[in-house]
Amino acid sequence: MAKKLGLIVNPFAGMGGRVGLKGSDGKETIRRAIELGAKPEAPGRAVEALKALGDLLGQIELVTYPHEMGEAEARQAGLSPTVLGSIAQGETTPEDTERAARELLAYGVDLLLFVGGDGTARNVCSAIGQNLPALGVPAGVKIHSAVYATTPRSAGDLARLVLEERVGRMQDAEVMDIDEEAFRQGRVSATLYGYLRVPADQTHVQNMKSGRAPGDEAAVGAIAEHIVEDMEENPDRLYVLGPGTTTKAIKDRLAIPGTLLGVDVVRDQKLLAADVGEQRLLELLSGHPATVVVTIIGGQGYIFGRGNQQLSPRVLAAVGLENIVVVATRDKLIGLRGAPLLVDTGDPETDRRLGGYRRVVTGYHDTFVYRVEA
Amino acid sequence: MTARVRKDYQQARWNEPIVYELSLPGARGVLVPEPEPEVQAAAGDVLKALPAGMARKELPNLPEVSQKHVLAHYLHLSQETLGSNITNDISEGTCTMKYNPRINETLVQDPRFCELHPDQDEDTVQGILEIYHRFAKIIKEVSGMDDVTFQPGGGNHAVYTAASTVRAYWMAKGQLAQRNEIITTIFSHPCDAAAPATAGFKVITLYPDKQGVPDIEALKAAVSEHTAAIFMTNPEDLGIFNPRVDEFVKIVHAAGGLCFYDQANANAFLGVARAAEAGFDMCHFNVHKTFGTPHGGEGPANGAFCCRKELSQFLPVPRVEYDGKKYFLNSNYPNSIGKVRDFMGTACVILKAYAWTMMMGADGLRECADISVINNNYMLAQLEHVKGLDYAFRGNGIKRQEQARYTWEQLKKDTGVGTDDVNNRIADYGIEHYWTSHHPWVIPEPMTLEPCETYSIDDLDEYCAVIKRISDEAYADPDFIKAAPHVSASHRRANDAALDDPAQWAVTWRAYLKKHPR
Repeated sequence: MAKKLGLIVNPFAGMGGRVGLKGSDGKETIRRAIELGAKPEAPGRAVEALKALGDLLGQIELVTYPHEMGEAEARQAGLSPTVLGSIAQGETTPEDTERAARELLAYGVDLLLFVGGDGTARNVCSAIGQNLPALGVPAGVKIHSAVYATTPRSAGDLARLVLEERVGRMQDAEVMDIDEEAFRQGRVSATLYGYLRVPADQTHVQNMKSGRAPGDEAAVGAIAEHIVEDMEENPDRLYVLGPGTTTKAIKDRLAIPGTLLGVDVVRDQKLLAADVGEQRLLELLSGHPATVVVTIIGGQGYIFGRGNQQLSPRVLAAVGLENIVVVATRDKLIGLRGAPLLVDTGDPETDRRLGGYRRVVTGYHDTFVYRVEA
Repeated sequence: MTARVRKDYQQARWNEPIVYELSLPGARGVLVPEPEPEVQAAAGDVLKALPAGMARKELPNLPEVSQKHVLAHYLHLSQETLGSNITNDISEGTCTMKYNPRINETLVQDPRFCELHPDQDEDTVQGILEIYHRFAKIIKEVSGMDDVTFQPGGGNHAVYTAASTVRAYWMAKGQLAQRNEIITTIFSHPCDAAAPATAGFKVITLYPDKQGVPDIEALKAAVSEHTAAIFMTNPEDLGIFNPRVDEFVKIVHAAGGLCFYDQANANAFLGVARAAEAGFDMCHFNVHKTFGTPHGGEGPANGAFCCRKELSQFLPVPRVEYDGKKYFLNSNYPNSIGKVRDFMGTACVILKAYAWTMMMGADGLRECADISVINNNYMLAQLEHVKGLDYAFRGNGIKRQEQARYTWEQLKKDTGVGTDDVNNRIADYGIEHYWTSHHPWVIPEPMTLEPCETYSIDDLDEYCAVIKRISDEAYADPDFIKAAPHVSASHRRANDAALDDPAQWAVTWRAYLKKHPR
């Protein structure tokens, strides 16, 4: 049976960037961008990604949404796509993206290729979660999410490998977005919105080696084992677990409910409080020895200040900077290409003191010594 | 001059089935005659004499194939490989694929050697014991260490012997519970992390600095009262020799730890630098590659583990010793870590390596290192101009030693053709697939080449010309390279994803039938 590739294009993605608007979210921004002379970026990038599939295009079913949301780009790449749904041409909305993603999931595509930026990724994520392999073609102004390939061509290449069943390994990748309004005023306020299942980047992964556990499960499981061993030895200690799938694995290992995107507190291997904010954390920490466990959020290497703002300078001061444990899979660390881990807590002095060399737990009794920069 | 490139190379492609698929019920390779009645009567019912639990209830599932078809099957397979000695082995970076003189193969096939048994009385095997003893002297001289064992069955095994020695050392001091961490570096051989982990240590890995050298500041942050040892390769697989290796040793010693030098890449510095002068307490050699004996599937392998006299009490037993009159085996070392392998290691490798080293002489070992480094730098100077190709930490001001790690990242960005694709294409020119890198790929789209002293300038030129040609082909017609190989036997794997899935892959026919019932 022919493989089915889903395609969603956010036609407005990227339009704000060229004209200096730092984003394209919201009707008003797009109107201003068009006024300022912005041209659509996404359609060309969609075509470029599709063309990288080469001969394979003739052997698959491309399923997409009408007009500029994929149909037009598919035809430009020489395809006759299956078209679902309906839209108001020229006035597409985030709801259209969500509806399209849901319908493509229901249609049973093997992989969803979406073209856009962080906003688009959020819409796709809220519609399909981790129920369908997906991959972003970068076209947006903001790309803080780790769900995007580096170029449209590399997205197409990777999609081809997946459809040819030459890559089956998927990994959880963060969907992040920043507050555009704050960003325009010079502040970065990033939130972690969830995770998508994306095909493993082949730049660092041999696609021929047998015997490797599929996905990150084995690696994050070994990290969880390491942390839980520490918890067993310190039953009175509080463990403040930051957001992310790597820290979530610790909660799964303990079989306790916890949040994926929030900060949870554990004592004696039991959940003490879930999804707590800064104030509640400070109350809980008062007078108690504690360890903060955080992971790298997003593709840029942040361990503080992106998606975990609850872990504020005051919270870190209460815990003590020597009681911070960073956890990350080897693949994720190596994916940084030697760039340092980053901190942006909002307090330059805390950032400076967080800098230097830190141990990063990468497996059971397995750590890296890695550089952190403010 | 125009380099030789085998443009019209064409390998046999038999699409050879698995031998089980050739099975024809009833077919036999050898028909064993029934024993004569007298023999039968004298032996009685031998099957009845077997313990009940040992008798099979069902016949084993073996392929039923005639002699002729078995022979053809394996000849076909041999024609579908690109093994050593048939092709340009520069491909196998980190493997030190050098020529293995045929006369040494003749030596080990001599009945006077190959009919020896390791359980023979010492008096009857004085010759091979003497060769062990003499070769140990050579290795001690090459490394500067005080003692050596040849018991390990390979390089990784020698590293594991080192980890076991470190464990015994700290146990003897009563500090093993405290000294439970071993430090290594990301570009050291993976066994430098795996062997300590297997021996029960926690492992700390250092990242390189901007020059591609292990970060000395990271080392300072890593050492503590928990440091049992550092296990480091040098030069690492990038071909970069750590210019501050002695400082690393000093920092670890100051913290109380031991220092082990992984010398699997010794071809770069034979006769030039020694572990002892850099301050190391232990080191190892891959005897089977550095000292001229076959590597890989042609095996077998042997690892030499060397140490200073303070650690000598922990070496495996038995040890080959000489009392001035005769050679003998001594197991009387109460602090020994015991045996790491049967008997005394791989005697045929020691004999071949001894013969090779005596042939080379001390100056020859130095020359071997010099030529290896010159060969590598000659290739680097040509390959650095190939479009789409670069090498790791280029421009760091440190000359590469005996190998280099290249990256096809730019080619992949420009054309979508990555290192796996180039690797499939290279076989179309009669050159075996190259070594990419250990996993995971810290350097993206990697290619690691090691032109040892064996190769002539024509070999080097051929290799560089093929690489240049494939780059040109990739820029002209990427899909053609993505569909390679075209004229060699190996095909693309039909289903890579299945190879990542333990529920689907199988390494034996029996496992295959279990996972894929017919």
